Amino acid sequence: MNGERTHRIAMTVNGTYREAAAPARRLLSDFLRHDLGLTGTHVGCEHGVCGCCTVLLDGEPVRSCLMLAVTADGHEITTVEGLATGGELSPVQRAFQECHGLQCGFCTPGFLCTVTALLRDNPRPTEEEVLEGISGNLCRCTGYQNIVKSVHRAADLIAEAGREPTL
Amino acid sequence: MKPPPFDYEAPRTLGETLDALAGGGKVLAGGQSLIPLLNMRLAAPDRLVDVNGVAELDTLEVTAAGVRVGALARHARVERSGEAAAVQPLLRQALRHVAHPVIRNRGTVVGSLVHADPAAELPAVLALLGGTVEAASSGGRRTIEAAGFFTGPLECALAPGELAVSAFFPALPPQTGTAFAEVARRHGDYALVGVAALVALDDDLRVRAARAAYLSVADTPLVLDLTEPATRGQAGRPPGAADWSLAGADAAGRVRPDGDIHAGADYRRHLAGVLTERALAEAARNALPGER
Repeated sequence: MNGERTHRIAMTVNGTYREAAAPARRLLSDFLRHDLGLTGTHVGCEHGVCGCCTVLLDGEPVRSCLMLAVTADGHEITTVEGLATGGELSPVQRAFQECHGLQCGFCTPGFLCTVTALLRDNPRPTEEEVLEGISGNLCRCTGYQNIVKSVHRAADLIAEAGREPTL
Repeated sequence: MKPPPFDYEAPRTLGETLDALAGGGKVLAGGQSLIPLLNMRLAAPDRLVDVNGVAELDTLEVTAAGVRVGALARHARVERSGEAAAVQPLLRQALRHVAHPVIRNRGTVVGSLVHADPAAELPAVLALLGGTVEAASSGGRRTIEAAGFFTGPLECALAPGELAVSAFFPALPPQTGTAFAEVARRHGDYALVGVAALVALDDDLRVRAARAAYLSVADTPLVLDLTEPATRGQAGRPPGAADWSLAGADAAGRVRPDGDIHAGADYRRHLAGVLTERALAEAARNALPGER
């Protein structure tokens, strides 16, 4: 696609101002991975079904494969790389580690972003609310039992720390 | 699995949007249906007009008359609005069935209407309530009734150059209740059959009207008046009750679904009957005083 028109796209990613030129058809998922080198965001189905590419757009979880990067111009994005602070895992990340909430890890970045926002909005979700909250994220290894456990454990860790999940 | 090339415009005002659309192009709002189509190259528009930066379209107005949803109001915003749910509860009841929560953070109500997917929830809601869509173009504005808006599968009455700027869902009258029920293979997936139901009671709390709208059984939302079968032999029943199983059987006999790999036509017809009975009974309970 030589000669395809490009746009300057600027956004705040994990608290850092980032800018790159890309064609309008560049998906946000590809912009993060290819143009900004942030390969923590995984790309599974590329039509919004699997949830692997979920990132936070101005704090709200969205599918980065269902959004053009150019539409995200001027917005704030948090990817899985932005969940830990100063090398310390976030409570959600720690809970997934403790409860074995992952096996191959491919779907994990999407789960972590989704659950981080879920627990911010609802710090003590019921079993049903957890299931509904993660219903848009597919995992093909764990059978979800340990993922659900991880969400409840993360709620405990956040409550113990007496603070909001790190965004 | 990547979108094909297209020209891109990102207007900042409604006026700029309508000027851009006058030159042709496809509107990009939430993109939760359009971008999958682009990724799979089932759609290849020459030009996209991205309205995400048009702040004046990001509106949700709730009045005693009803709920007016602007073109950029996301599903999640409308779903979370207690004011909107108080005036027209069917909106929240149906929105909970639209895809997954994360998709609802981005998808728009008006976009779902314009996309006019026969398996989508919101077209059935607009059709059942007799709502309207406000369309604007560089040539002027017009209001399109729900009954004339859905013209075919993935087809609506918008003309080239027109933008659906808002949709209006009328308020629920007193002593009226609604409910929504659907069956899908997987949670959040397209419904095999879905039913939006509305029941109105009279001053003696007898059933005065019962209607239902269906998704996934026809090319466009199908609205059935089920008052007659529901109220046959109503005398002697408790307030707000009627023969919902007879209404369900009547509905099952009147829908003409197609079969596909997900469900056969007979199974869909069966589901239409069962879901009708369930949704009407719940709508009637919601219509009783003190239930809203």
